[in-house]
Amino acid sequence: MPVAAVLWCVAALLAIAVAAVAMARSRSATPLVYGATFVVTGIACALAVAALWAEPTSLTLPLGLPWIGAHFRLDALSAFFLAVVALGGAAASLYGIGYGRHEHEPHRVLPFFPTFLAGMMLVLLADDAFTFLLSWECMSLASWALVLAHHRDPDNLRAGYVYIVMASFGTLALLLAFGLLAGPEGGYAFDAMRAGAPSPLIGGLVLALVLLGAGSKAGLVPLHVWLPLAHPAAPSHVSALMSGVMTKVAVYGFIRIVFDLAGPSVWWWGVVVLIIGGGTAALGVLYALMQTDVKRVLAYSTIENIGIIFVGLGLAIAFDANGLPAAGALAMTAALFHVFNHALFKSALFFGAGAVLTATGERRMERLGGLIHRMPATSLVVLVACVAISALPPLNGFASEWLAFQAVLLSPELPQWGLKLFVPAVGALMALAAALAAACFVRLYGIVFLGRPRSTEAAEAHEVDRWSLAAMGGLAALCILAGILPGLVIDALAPTVQALVGARMPPQLGVEWLSIVPIAESRSSYNGLLVMLFVAASASIVAFAVHRLGSHALRRAPAWDCGFPDPNPATQYTAASFAQPIRRVFGTSVFRARERVDMPPPGDLRPARFEVTLRDPAWETIYVPVAAAVQTAATRLNRLQFLTIRRYLSLVFFALVALLLVLALWP
Amino acid sequence: MAVIADLVVQGAQMALVLALAPGLTGLVRKVKAHLLRRRGPPLLQPYRDLARLMRKEAVLADNASWLFRAIPYLIFAATWVAAALVPTFGIGLIFSWSADLIAIIALLGSARFFLALAGMDVGTSFGGIGSSREVMIATLAEPAMIMIVFTLALVAGSTQLSTVAGFMLTPAVGLRVSLALALVALVMVAIAENARIPVDNPATHLELTMVHEAMVLEYSGRHLAVIELAASLKLLLYVSLIACVFAPWGLALPGAGLGGLVAGAATYVVKLVVGAVLLAVFETSIAKMRVFRVPDFLGAALMLGLLATLLLFVSRSL
Repeated sequence: MPVAAVLWCVAALLAIAVAAVAMARSRSATPLVYGATFVVTGIACALAVAALWAEPTSLTLPLGLPWIGAHFRLDALSAFFLAVVALGGAAASLYGIGYGRHEHEPHRVLPFFPTFLAGMMLVLLADDAFTFLLSWECMSLASWALVLAHHRDPDNLRAGYVYIVMASFGTLALLLAFGLLAGPEGGYAFDAMRAGAPSPLIGGLVLALVLLGAGSKAGLVPLHVWLPLAHPAAPSHVSALMSGVMTKVAVYGFIRIVFDLAGPSVWWWGVVVLIIGGGTAALGVLYALMQTDVKRVLAYSTIENIGIIFVGLGLAIAFDANGLPAAGALAMTAALFHVFNHALFKSALFFGAGAVLTATGERRMERLGGLIHRMPATSLVVLVACVAISALPPLNGFASEWLAFQAVLLSPELPQWGLKLFVPAVGALMALAAALAAACFVRLYGIVFLGRPRSTEAAEAHEVDRWSLAAMGGLAALCILAGILPGLVIDALAPTVQALVGARMPPQLGVEWLSIVPIAESRSSYNGLLVMLFVAASASIVAFAVHRLGSHALRRAPAWDCGFPDPNPATQYTAASFAQPIRRVFGTSVFRARERVDMPPPGDLRPARFEVTLRDPAWETIYVPVAAAVQTAATRLNRLQFLTIRRYLSLVFFALVALLLVLALWP
Repeated sequence: MAVIADLVVQGAQMALVLALAPGLTGLVRKVKAHLLRRRGPPLLQPYRDLARLMRKEAVLADNASWLFRAIPYLIFAATWVAAALVPTFGIGLIFSWSADLIAIIALLGSARFFLALAGMDVGTSFGGIGSSREVMIATLAEPAMIMIVFTLALVAGSTQLSTVAGFMLTPAVGLRVSLALALVALVMVAIAENARIPVDNPATHLELTMVHEAMVLEYSGRHLAVIELAASLKLLLYVSLIACVFAPWGLALPGAGLGGLVAGAATYVVKLVVGAVLLAVFETSIAKMRVFRVPDFLGAALMLGLLATLLLFVSRSL
């Protein structure tokens, strides 16, 4: 039975974790642990792919609460996300075999890495609220321990603190959501929740709680603040798992509860999700453009991609609520396709950042540059991932965003005015986010890999080991494959989409020339394979013709730079200066960016100074006031700690009376 | 046999756009010169420039990477493929379905992505300034373009450019507010995308406001020739795009004979000439704007596009 086989994989991962504790300090532990997780996640990935088309299987184990047991179920939705998690886990394990060797304290990473993977897989398999929340906490705590792997850095300590607060808050919200869904009888198994139909009020509350709970884990603005702190703090292969995979588990939680458990959806849910998704997409990438730390740029870009996924989900809810299953299937396919794509290219990019970190010891973009000469293989792989994440054809990021745009174009059929007004605006936000993402990754790649080295570390960088390159190269190859054959992925998603919205996109593999045709060929079609072939053929023909008919002589000379080349690499554009035009256009309103130039008068020998101040709107408008309120409340309540026993007893008595009164007056 | 004929027609379109692109650039320069009471370079000058650049040796900066050498061909190929998919003399060509309008725009986005990377490869300040301003312009021009695509797609019920052009030929189109807004926005985006006045000046070097020329400053010889040709192709692409959507008259329909194709090609050349004259008149009658006024200009295009889309969401007949 597939579910049992996957559970065996989870058990194997937990066993590896225990073994890792025992042998963590030995030298051979790193390759053994990562090698074992690679094999186990590889098997899990194969099982999950096979389970995509299979009937749902479930299993109850006598674990957990005695009268409930632990329910597990593997259906098409779980299987798809399990495939994503296992694939990301396998790539991270392969990368870890090489990258882990540079770890100074492997005993702080090795036991938690398999536990983290096991926690994520269990979330996907859970079929009752108790198991779900327990696995969710296991995932959160294991990743928290990994964030604190380098705990002597004060920044990481702060990241860990913010993360654990936000994670606990998210779990609390999910707990309340399950409580509402379970109803007064307390049917905590998902089967019982599916059977009960919650009222629209309860449904709306559940949506709000899920947006808080799963949304904070996924990184929806304004609940994202922990993400750019925590994801970069962990070792790079764990950053890849957290950004590429764990956020997808949160997306799974959202889909499972909203589409599966919360009963029939209401159209305004779609409006809420669309607005939050569109805002997250545009703001996330704007934040990314303002960062100068490679891994933080990537973490903020994760927020953007989560926004795009939620735009797809919001459209799917809107279509689903209005009884338009074919359009809903298109939107849902776009969202799930983007889930898959983002797991591929974001993992590859974090691996690339880790490779740069290994080679130079630097994460600051202002100290890097020129790595294309020193790390040719890494730079090629990262280039592929950058093109993919910028949603440029013929790679995979474009295919999923193209589907999302096609879904937007179907939305005039929606009857509600709220949707009619917001969908075009969200479409514009999504286009803006895509354009800003391209700018963001031109900046990332151009500053880190191109130009001249900005520090001696960058000038003396060396290529990374073959394990790391294999992991990155494999993911980049999958990006290309999914880009030129999107029909394969769309067809593989069909059972999941069918189960969620009751319809599927038309089969794509039978279409001539392997095009993708969402609705009808006269309406829209796209062929990544042909576009790739055309571009490759035209480029080679032109290169051949030019070299044959024109000149092929080549001379190396100093850079021209309009006649005034400066040998000092400090005269190059930096990450901050590259973002300056965009900072002035968008940042002045969003981040209240201010620039101050302090130019000393002639004769004054002080250096000139240029200062930029940015303010984070999320921190200032939400978190600072909330933290202040919590602080005030704590100071007030502090008095309760110093009462006499009589007063405590009377407090307990009055509390009991008040509760009984509430119970008596409850309708 | 029919397939071979279709392939020949598609090949003819690829050859036609390549052959006409430098001529269009030359024509714009010639008309501009006449408007300024200069004689101007001959019409064939761009072809001669290209031929000479091709024959010269390429001088590469010492630290230019392999990417720097590959990028001209990539940019050219992406632009050429995009230009070959926009209807010029006829619609319904054999590969017209392989990429719709969104994909064509994204292909141009790929070309821009690589061009901006090329500007940063050598590590000079001019390249950096060009790239950073180019991506700033793109962050507004691309969403505006997507909104225009949405408008066209909602009017015609398709994102396939061939279908859109075919729909525009039928009387079902009528006069629509949304299409007028989209036309204005499309012209604005086309001006910005092709680095024309008032957004950028194609004739300058050594000016701090330049964008496109700053990025390609380090290129020489055959690499520069290929990039210049790609820039001409992009101008031709936008003129063809505006022509096939807003002036689709004379497009050869699928199944038209040789006569129809030749007539379509002749009309196409006339449209290009009209487009070149209009562009030259526009460029000579307006001053270049400061670089930080460009976001206002393109923001207006984005708002027009959004407004047009919104109108169509409200009512399909607007």
